[in-house]
Amino acid sequence: MSKEKIQICEEFFDIMPPEYQALVTNATWGKEGRGWKDVGVNKELIEQHSLCAGCPESMAFRYILASLPNPEDTVMVGSTGCTSLVFPHVGIHNIHSLFGNQNAVASGLKRALTLRFPGKVKDVVVLAGDGATVDIGLDYTLQSWFRQEKFTTICFDNELYANTGGQESGLMQKGFVAKMAPMGKQFDKVRLPEIARESGCVYVVNCTVSKPSLIEKVVKNAVLIAREIGPTYLQLYTPCILEIGKNSMEGLQEMRDAEKPGERFAYKEYISDQAKAFLTDLAEKEKAKKASAKEALAQA
Amino acid sequence: MNHPGHYMVRPGPEAFLPPAAAAMGNALPDPGQAHINGRIVPEEEAFQEAARMFLGGTVPTIFPGPLVLWAWNEKAKKKATAIKFLYDTLKECAPAGAQPMLIPMPDYRPKYPKINPEVEINPNHPNLTIWHNKIDVCMFVGVHCHQANLSLKIIRGGTNCYTIAMCAQAGHEDACLSFRDASVEKIMHLAEWVKKLKGTVPFGALKKHVAALETQDRAGGVRS
Repeated sequence: MSKEKIQICEEFFDIMPPEYQALVTNATWGKEGRGWKDVGVNKELIEQHSLCAGCPESMAFRYILASLPNPEDTVMVGSTGCTSLVFPHVGIHNIHSLFGNQNAVASGLKRALTLRFPGKVKDVVVLAGDGATVDIGLDYTLQSWFRQEKFTTICFDNELYANTGGQESGLMQKGFVAKMAPMGKQFDKVRLPEIARESGCVYVVNCTVSKPSLIEKVVKNAVLIAREIGPTYLQLYTPCILEIGKNSMEGLQEMRDAEKPGERFAYKEYISDQAKAFLTDLAEKEKAKKASAKEALAQA
Repeated sequence: MNHPGHYMVRPGPEAFLPPAAAAMGNALPDPGQAHINGRIVPEEEAFQEAARMFLGGTVPTIFPGPLVLWAWNEKAKKKATAIKFLYDTLKECAPAGAQPMLIPMPDYRPKYPKINPEVEINPNHPNLTIWHNKIDVCMFVGVHCHQANLSLKIIRGGTNCYTIAMCAQAGHEDACLSFRDASVEKIMHLAEWVKKLKGTVPFGALKKHVAALETQDRAGGVRS
């Protein structure tokens, strides 16, 4: 599928709901430099979501969808959880896999797309919660990294099983008491970013979603690096405000508090030399392109 | 042509979970045939019946699905033109008082918390659009079969709408009337029948027809 296919038959254009008309008339698909600033303007992102009011995950979802470099040729693979409540609303291809096996599904999908469309760029992005990524699906997650599968894994880390009532997860912080974990977490938060690095991920970032421009940058980097070099991993803190006893308005502050220096979501990045060289090269090309465009404009 | 033991598929509301007509023993028509209320008939008879139902309805509605709404290929574009022609013909030929409608089914995502039933239909809760617009006869065209099956059963379960399926594959047992192998020619032929029967079907005749169906036993006989 590419954006040329997404056209409404002339006879039916006027009867289509407005969001579909907007999809084909002013979508950001195919537009260079799309980013989080398109949120709220373009309807292919998410017009409405079914998450709780003030849920940081809804912000994360929007920033990620707005930042995908090639959305018309991207397939997202999700797993059961709060994310799967949003996927029906997004205008991007997605697969809802069984709980935990999202990275296995994405591996097969990426290989099949590469074989089926050899001349085309097709991105695969996994988006799952911490339970699916780190607990139940850890085997599949790690195996895909060991095999150097070329896709991005994004983990929405809310540090517990949120939509089943607050059970303890591997990414929960030590000592935290949740509704379904009254004894408090007995061991440390699993250090998945470090594990990802050791398992072969060439680009790893651990941060919160409080800064949209940062999310745009890391999502673009992760997808572009995965396309060319190898697996990439983003661990994003999207706190469940209900399960940690916060109000709708407090999600953003919670993330800001968690990203302070020394805190568990202080910005952390690992990038391999090859990936670094790739990004540098990309930045230089971009710079040269801008300079030539500026020159052409001056001459005109 | 008649299957004496067929299960009569008629407008509901039938039940919360109406049985699939296929599970009740109804068969799909062969090429050149169609079915009316589960009874296999020559296709021409079904064209006439479908045109009569459309003209007899108070809000006859066409629901074009993704296969014809989106310009996937030349064939889809031609079908779209034919469907629009059928709709225009229906508007032109429907008796005074009838309100023909054309409501799209753009995709199959379960669009909750809400859809706007005035402007679209969703296969996962088609009853909302039918209830809201008081649609008493509708035709599915360009809807993938698995979604059409789901939707037709929901409509039969919870509404009193007469359903017609213009299916590009083998037809639908769960519609009250179903064609198979839908093509541009068949859609245009239906439009011709609508034109031909203009002025012969009184306004609201569908209601009487459905009431008559109600008096018959499901197995095709007359209720004692």
